[in-house]
Amino acid sequence: MNRPFDSLQLTVNGDALSLPVAPGRRLSEVLREGLGLRGTKVGCDAGDCGACTVLLDGAPVCACLTPAAQAEGRAVTTVEGLGMGALQQAFLRHGAAQCGICTPGMLMAATALLRERPKPSRAQVEEALGGVLCRCTGYAKIIDAVMDAGAGAEPVMPGAGAAVGARIERLDGLPKVDGRESYGADDCPEGALLVRAVRAPFAPARFTLGDVGAWQAAQAGEVHVFTAADIPGANCFGTIPPFADQPALAETRIRLKGEPVALVAGEAHVIEALDLAGFPVSWEMGDSQEPVHETREGNLLVRGLVRRGDVAAALGASAHVAEAEIETPYIEHAYIEPEAGVAWMEAGTLVIRACTQAPIMDRDDTARILGLPPEQVRIIPAAAGGGFGAKLDLSLQPFIGLVALKTGRPARMIYSRAESMATTTKRHPAKMRGRAGVDAEGRITGLEFDGDFNTGAYASWGPTVAGRVPVHASGPYHTPAYLAEARAIHSYEPISGAFRGFGVPQAAILQEALYDSLAEQAGMDGLAFRRLNALQDGQPTVCGQRLSGVGIAACLDALKAPWEAAHEAARKANAAGGRLRHGVGIASCWYGCGNTGLPNPSTIRVGITPEGALCLHQGATDIGQGANTVITQICADALGLPVGQFRLIGPDTALTPDCGKTSASRQTFVTGRAALAAGQALRAQILSLTNMGEDARITLEGATLHVTDGSGEARIALSDIAPDAHGYALAAEETYDPPTTPLDADGQGAPYAVYGFGAQMAEVVVDTALGTVKVTRITAAHDLGRVINPLLAEGQVEGGIAQGLGLALMEEYIPGRTENLHDYLIPTTGDMPEVKTIFVEVPDPEGPMGAKGLGEHVLIPTAPAILGAIRHATGARITKLPALPHRVLAAIAEAGR
Amino acid sequence: MPAYLRPDTLDAALDALARQPMTIAAGCTDLFPATEARALPGDVLDITGIPALRGVARGAEGDVRIGGAASWADVIRADLPPAFDMLKEAAREVGSVQIQNAATVAGNLCNASPAADGVPCLLALDAEVEIASAKGARRVPLAGFITGPRQTVLAPGEMVVALHVPAAATEGQSRFLKLGARKYLVISIAMVAVRLRAEAGRIEEAAIAVGSCSAVAQRLGALEAALEGVALSDAPTRVEAELLSAVLSPIDDIRADAAYRLRAAGELIRRALADLAPEKERAA
Repeated sequence: MNRPFDSLQLTVNGDALSLPVAPGRRLSEVLREGLGLRGTKVGCDAGDCGACTVLLDGAPVCACLTPAAQAEGRAVTTVEGLGMGALQQAFLRHGAAQCGICTPGMLMAATALLRERPKPSRAQVEEALGGVLCRCTGYAKIIDAVMDAGAGAEPVMPGAGAAVGARIERLDGLPKVDGRESYGADDCPEGALLVRAVRAPFAPARFTLGDVGAWQAAQAGEVHVFTAADIPGANCFGTIPPFADQPALAETRIRLKGEPVALVAGEAHVIEALDLAGFPVSWEMGDSQEPVHETREGNLLVRGLVRRGDVAAALGASAHVAEAEIETPYIEHAYIEPEAGVAWMEAGTLVIRACTQAPIMDRDDTARILGLPPEQVRIIPAAAGGGFGAKLDLSLQPFIGLVALKTGRPARMIYSRAESMATTTKRHPAKMRGRAGVDAEGRITGLEFDGDFNTGAYASWGPTVAGRVPVHASGPYHTPAYLAEARAIHSYEPISGAFRGFGVPQAAILQEALYDSLAEQAGMDGLAFRRLNALQDGQPTVCGQRLSGVGIAACLDALKAPWEAAHEAARKANAAGGRLRHGVGIASCWYGCGNTGLPNPSTIRVGITPEGALCLHQGATDIGQGANTVITQICADALGLPVGQFRLIGPDTALTPDCGKTSASRQTFVTGRAALAAGQALRAQILSLTNMGEDARITLEGATLHVTDGSGEARIALSDIAPDAHGYALAAEETYDPPTTPLDADGQGAPYAVYGFGAQMAEVVVDTALGTVKVTRITAAHDLGRVINPLLAEGQVEGGIAQGLGLALMEEYIPGRTENLHDYLIPTTGDMPEVKTIFVEVPDPEGPMGAKGLGEHVLIPTAPAILGAIRHATGARITKLPALPHRVLAAIAEAGR
Repeated sequence: MPAYLRPDTLDAALDALARQPMTIAAGCTDLFPATEARALPGDVLDITGIPALRGVARGAEGDVRIGGAASWADVIRADLPPAFDMLKEAAREVGSVQIQNAATVAGNLCNASPAADGVPCLLALDAEVEIASAKGARRVPLAGFITGPRQTVLAPGEMVVALHVPAAATEGQSRFLKLGARKYLVISIAMVAVRLRAEAGRIEEAAIAVGSCSAVAQRLGALEAALEGVALSDAPTRVEAELLSAVLSPIDDIRADAAYRLRAAGELIRRALADLAPEKERAA
């Protein structure tokens, strides 16, 4: 007998419920949309990411793969049902949640494990969490948290003046562990229309719309359709205005598979049910020989060049010269949150709450597309479920904005995993060639680098990549003669944009391979070679810039002991023979923080209300990296009040001054400097009001500021002060813009005001019969100038290493083929090595309290260090990434010839 | 409104199937990934509410029955002889814990992916597939059940009721090895299942199957024959490339190339054989 499904009887988080749902509906949908339990996240709808893990009668399952009918009569537990317990505390204590989008899935999987095994081993935790992907953390802190879930410890907040350097939990962490965090897909205003895009099936192509009206009339409910003709403003956008070339909705030409040609919007149940394959549009195959953009000859978007000295002469006179060619593929950001957001009209203003790394850029570009003044668009960044560069570009903002503007109704859009992967930006595939030379002592004489970077259909950040690569392709090594050229070349393929490192990780793979060869040819140890050539304070960079606070030598020195120990261990292990070969590799990084030779100011406002609320308007989007916490720590110590007393406001373009974009490892440095200045300015005001000296102590109790120094105490009654336009009794707003100079025709100048440095060594075991590589340990030494928050900084290192490991060993985005997270592989819990982080502090005179950026640096050395270790173990030189087993085996065979 | 039936008896399920074609759903771990829809599309027959299809049990005569809706987690938890160790090892490598809790063994066969984790083990266990329809029942050997990628012999109105491993195949020791580009949640590049029955250190019977190296996983009959009578410790040395290449037909794809697959399959078989040799007899 069939059970009736008019209503589904089940228990959710202890409540017996009877729900009218379609029996074949995904349980994830029932929980999220039916019950509003949006703590359960959807990352892939295919069981590949585990973000939607819930407990069904105590057993973890993917809610996205569970038809509602199978929950009949059973108990479902979601993250909301766990409450705030020891496991969640441990997640906060260990910094296990960065962006937090995988956290509910992790918590559910861990809860199931801990119920069976209260004291699990590391291997047991890895296996239990193996089905939940995290793109931010590298898993170490998650595993640590699960293993430490039993130990309850209250977080301790540092007192006044002690925030910087303290290992404090992230200030915005609580909602990430209790399921309340609201990401792009988690907000659904009453009456919101669902929006979907009609997308091109192939490229290049041309298209013609058919009888849209007839198609609309034939649908089961009302369907709004919007095409390029409905766009009120300029149907052209791009992250770098002079290169803007991308239509929000295609007009006649299709330049990449998945390019949108129309939007459909309506009641969710109507839009969900549409078969968009039946949308009236005819596609005509385009000519792949036709230039991607008429004005860009040879499909060349832009060429970046840095030239210093006579490299041909230098290489000619070198004692040793090495050459290499290396190819890297498209790399997908693979954040667990596909793009999502909602837009609505509020008193004539278009409000967009969506995933982003760059609210002001979103506002300005969306306004231009929609023909609105920027003030009439307000961007409220939703919590970002990972970004890594791709959420700098507009995705659905103009779509939901257009629908909300045209219909007056809220509009909501959630990309599918395939849509996200096919249509948002990627890391540039690179084809790189290089030559480098050294003198008889092993000193670098010159480096020549040449790279073609496939920038895809539209410009996006292609110019930035082409510009950054030549500036950085020397690595942090003194390079007297240098010629580096990078070209961003269009193709009818996915758009390459920003991805952690802007092309520098690819360039470092080639450059470090050259230096492995040169060290070998010169008969030098790899670390000693790099130490000898490490850039020193006052030496010119390849751009002719003379830096202070250069920490690369200190990073390499920090690796000396582990390097020697690792070599000794590898020697011993290899002496036994057998098919497993152990190897050690090393690579360095440097990375300029902020825009390349262009202004990129940040502004911070801090104020105290007449009621005594200490508010920090923090506009730097926290995509998991920790800006909310780090910027507050800096401001707290500058002001001299405890970090725990701050209330964070924003980011929100209506409430927070512009802190620029979260990219280029600039927030700790640039926004940090603004926060430092704002904190200092407010402190100065308070001290001058009370006539107290520099070293006075400030406390805020209720609505009263107490200021004490050796001479006595003064008070400021905040309620006595008339509030300013922003409602503050006392406030300060400060802007900081890094001092840089544009590069000249030879790429000479001062492109960045602050650089960060680092070096990593990888230990690997290569199975020479199967070509498989196991990375057993990464030791990472990074110069942060001043570590603002060691807990969060470690998280950046571990997460960057995970992405670098993926780049080295498994990640390869093939357009049209790997648009999911089971064909596109990112590391799981079982793939990560032990990561040992060593922080080095060589203060930068320009950085806030000496601090430098870190976010992108950490990914750069990982892949070259792993590839160097494979080479050390086996002689294999990997020339095409990733180093999949068959490629490693072929390279081993090649090396043996 | 498409139909969604979740009967609690096999007869009701078969009656429904006899009336109209329906998508048979169990763990849904292959059905849902195949659609972006919010609900399973089309008419669905959900067989997870039928108690008779659940369970993994040993019969009176030593045979083993795996119910048509038994999950991989059921296999992991079942009390089974060492011949099934490989199946349990495979079970732990099917997707993730979340997938293992939902996905069924029979569904893995019906989905008929060349990379189905369960197929090599069940081939090496001489599994038979019990098929039923409203008209009656039949049993086919697994080797004949899957006819190609995503193709089986299931006729309209038929469904898999159970898998049976005959008593004779429940003997011996076994090992499953899966090679992928990452640790968890991975589609294999190659995988092998090896079951050996040995007496006094010599192989009396070998059952060896390879997956992901041909359109349908294959038993390696010639290699099995070549191993009969061979000392366990010598077994790895008998894995000749020709014995594999005669049967397997790997392809180049995003995960590996064909030549590599063939080589890896041989290496994995050697390792599985070495793992099955008693500690003291194992070649260094």
